[in-house]
Amino acid sequence: QLTRKNYLVKNLKRFRKQLEREAGKLEATKCDFFPKTFEMPLEYHLFVEEFRKNPGTTWIMKPVGRSQGKGIFLFRKLKDIIEWRKEKLWTFHLLFIYSPKRGKCVWFLLQDGLRTDDQKDETQVEIYVAQRYIENPYLIGGRKFDLRVYVLVTSYIPLKAWLYRDGFARFSNTRFTLNSIDDHYVHLTNVAVQKTAPDYDPEKGCKWMIQQLRQYLTAKHGADVVEVLFADMDNIFIKSLQSVQKVIISDKHCFELYGYDILIDQDLKPWLIEVNASPSLAASSQEDYELKCHLLKDTLHIVDMEGRLTGKEKRVGGFDLIWSDGPVSREGNLDTPPSESFVANSHLGCYNDRKKQLKQLFRSLCA
Amino acid sequence: AMVDAESGLSLTIARVVQRLRGSSLHSQLERQARVSLHKPEVKLESLKEDIKDFLKTSGWEKKLQNAVYSELNVFPSPCHPAAPPEHMKEPLAYMRKAQGSWEKRILKSLNSMCTELSIPLAQKRPVSEQKELLNKWNEMGTDEPDLTLFRPVYAPKDFLEVLMNLRNPNYENGEQPSFRNHLGLIQVPLKVKDIPELKEDFSELGLNIGQLGIDDSAQVPPEFFENEHVRVGQKVLAEQDSAAAQQYVRQGCPTALRADLWALILNISNQPEDILYYEQLKSNVIQHNLLVDSLIYKDVKLTASNDDYYFVFEDYLYQVLLCFSRDTSVLEHFAYSSATPPKSYIRGKLGIEEYAVFYPPSVLSHLNSLILAVAPLCFLYHEPSKLYQMFREMYVRFFFRLHSISSHPSGIVSLCLLFETLLQTHLPQLFHHLREIGAQPLRMSFKWMVRAFSGYLATDQLLLLWDRILGYNSLEILAVLAAAVFAFRAVNLMEVTSLAAAEAVLADLSTLKVMPLLQIFLFATVT
Repeated sequence: QLTRKNYLVKNLKRFRKQLEREAGKLEATKCDFFPKTFEMPLEYHLFVEEFRKNPGTTWIMKPVGRSQGKGIFLFRKLKDIIEWRKEKLWTFHLLFIYSPKRGKCVWFLLQDGLRTDDQKDETQVEIYVAQRYIENPYLIGGRKFDLRVYVLVTSYIPLKAWLYRDGFARFSNTRFTLNSIDDHYVHLTNVAVQKTAPDYDPEKGCKWMIQQLRQYLTAKHGADVVEVLFADMDNIFIKSLQSVQKVIISDKHCFELYGYDILIDQDLKPWLIEVNASPSLAASSQEDYELKCHLLKDTLHIVDMEGRLTGKEKRVGGFDLIWSDGPVSREGNLDTPPSESFVANSHLGCYNDRKKQLKQLFRSLCA
Repeated sequence: AMVDAESGLSLTIARVVQRLRGSSLHSQLERQARVSLHKPEVKLESLKEDIKDFLKTSGWEKKLQNAVYSELNVFPSPCHPAAPPEHMKEPLAYMRKAQGSWEKRILKSLNSMCTELSIPLAQKRPVSEQKELLNKWNEMGTDEPDLTLFRPVYAPKDFLEVLMNLRNPNYENGEQPSFRNHLGLIQVPLKVKDIPELKEDFSELGLNIGQLGIDDSAQVPPEFFENEHVRVGQKVLAEQDSAAAQQYVRQGCPTALRADLWALILNISNQPEDILYYEQLKSNVIQHNLLVDSLIYKDVKLTASNDDYYFVFEDYLYQVLLCFSRDTSVLEHFAYSSATPPKSYIRGKLGIEEYAVFYPPSVLSHLNSLILAVAPLCFLYHEPSKLYQMFREMYVRFFFRLHSISSHPSGIVSLCLLFETLLQTHLPQLFHHLREIGAQPLRMSFKWMVRAFSGYLATDQLLLLWDRILGYNSLEILAVLAAAVFAFRAVNLMEVTSLAAAEAVLADLSTLKVMPLLQIFLFATVT
């Protein structure tokens, strides 16, 4: 519900409407972190309408079911996708059934996928989303990058979410330009795609740790601006999780480790690109390996199969509890009501002295 | 005969005045003074006083102060007025001679490379090539010229060999060889400081004084030190006071203020004429192709493109270094360095002065270190002409001393000797052990010092270290840090039995926290 691109869109749109109804327009704008997205083929006509309203903008077409950048391409003209559509057959199923909401029988368009000629007899469908491409990404050294951030959810109802302090920024190997939208490699920063680019050097990583990025941005823009940026990112995590709270089958004994992909634009606004359910745990460098090892270790600590934790912890290793049926404050413990000077318990990109914290934690639990 | 204080002072004043006269600051001050004549506060009867007051309140006096302060920092104290200019550069004759032969060697190597490859040292680019380069200026990293035939002019260990072979011909060590002459690699009797003297010089790093890099860690509440320190930093920037800034950064720069503080200390304000100068250098690069350009390409690709954090700045590195290799104003600093730039001529114009291209030898010989010196600055400065000026100023104030042979206390020779002396004096067992297994400590720490630790430390730690270089206007801290690293890893080093194993212990410095190491070594070790 969170990790398939089309479901994410649907859930976010619905949640936004709900928020607008309940809390007003201003509150709803906090959900505007997802670039305009339309599901194909179901929303094709809505997409065309939007497309025509903004001629000349760039869009990206992504298959919902595939990962690692496969099947993705950019386009700027409708005729580009008309050709592509022709390769696939649009198949629809229509149902004429009673709708309780409208009190009569109506035609329902059952979404179907796009199948190629030889696939038309298969039951496998391929759904795509067309998404507004962020044309003004924040660049460092002329290169585009996106962020991979890890969020651990141990419960959906009530929502309990942990944010890992470490993460990384993945850089494109080549300089950013809108001129070459055919150049897959420039735009897709997924490491998986970068690995196939012609000038990719496997010895060199194209990643920065988030700590490094945070330092760079602070040196360039000042601490206050960067605080706002990171608070906006926290907002993305929380709102996206809230939007699927009711639809995810929640089980006390399940947990989900998500890899969030965030893109920052030139105005320092973060955008949610995608949420990954099984983020890649393959390591591309020693630093990367350590991050992922520690991430896994700390995930297992929180899942706590040995039952050592009290359940009131706000920090375990590199994970900080950012939401527990409500925002978690840096000060005080879990039960204290929020005070005037609320500061979020979020430390993305901050110093991660997890070993020390774990030692202290387990020592106090034994006592 | 020593110069007495008063005539020394008037000499200094005269020199500073001479340097500032005719500068753009001078003409700006004149203009401001003329403007002030229209102000009601300025009266004819007390003209001089009123203009002075006006300059003070409008902040122009501060700018002049900063410029004077900058000049004083850069130039050494004057020696005897009758001393010839070479003595100003470098008072010791044998050092001058060694630097001279080193430069000749580099130039010879460069010339022979040209002959071998039949490529001229310098040639004018055809117009089409010029256009192409101009278009690609911001993404030169995408170029992949064939550089396999170019080899570095020399390797860093060659430079260390030269330093090891320095001898003072006037110095006879006599029958009693002191431990110093036999154990270390550097065999010249320069005066270096001992720990008590260093403690005094670096008193702001003491245990009782707040530091960024120690007292801003996650466990320390910011009210204890950090908040106040940031507040003071903002005030220093508001006042635009160079001298205060230099004092302030001894305790470290807050990340958000660092770029401005460093610029204030080095008195770089990116005036229109500075931008113009950079553009002029850029057009020189476009018009002429120098052999050294290919060496720069090769070295940047090797060094920065493979570094985990610097790879992003590849394009900036090309821009800065290509311009730097054509910057003849850098030659000014040779007035106080022992190095003399070799000359070469654009092909076909041998002997014609307008076509002479001066190669600051350090550009040739230490490309690798230069690249590593520019890269950290890319974290702070993003506008090309400002980045360029900051690098150039850092080079002429500090980095060139790491690449030339001199007796200056911040020169590489003194730093090596300081390192060896500190180690021998305070960790004699370790020093002896490493010598025994054929792992002379300097062989391992040389590369750290000659690159000012860039490429070895984590970036945030490196910047904290460079804060102190600027704050103390000296590179001695590099030698102290090198010794502190050995002290920190002493236990492991005592256990190794080969050079390779010792190098492995010291291979990874990326997890080190610089300030605690320095503090412990200077202030918490029994001497």
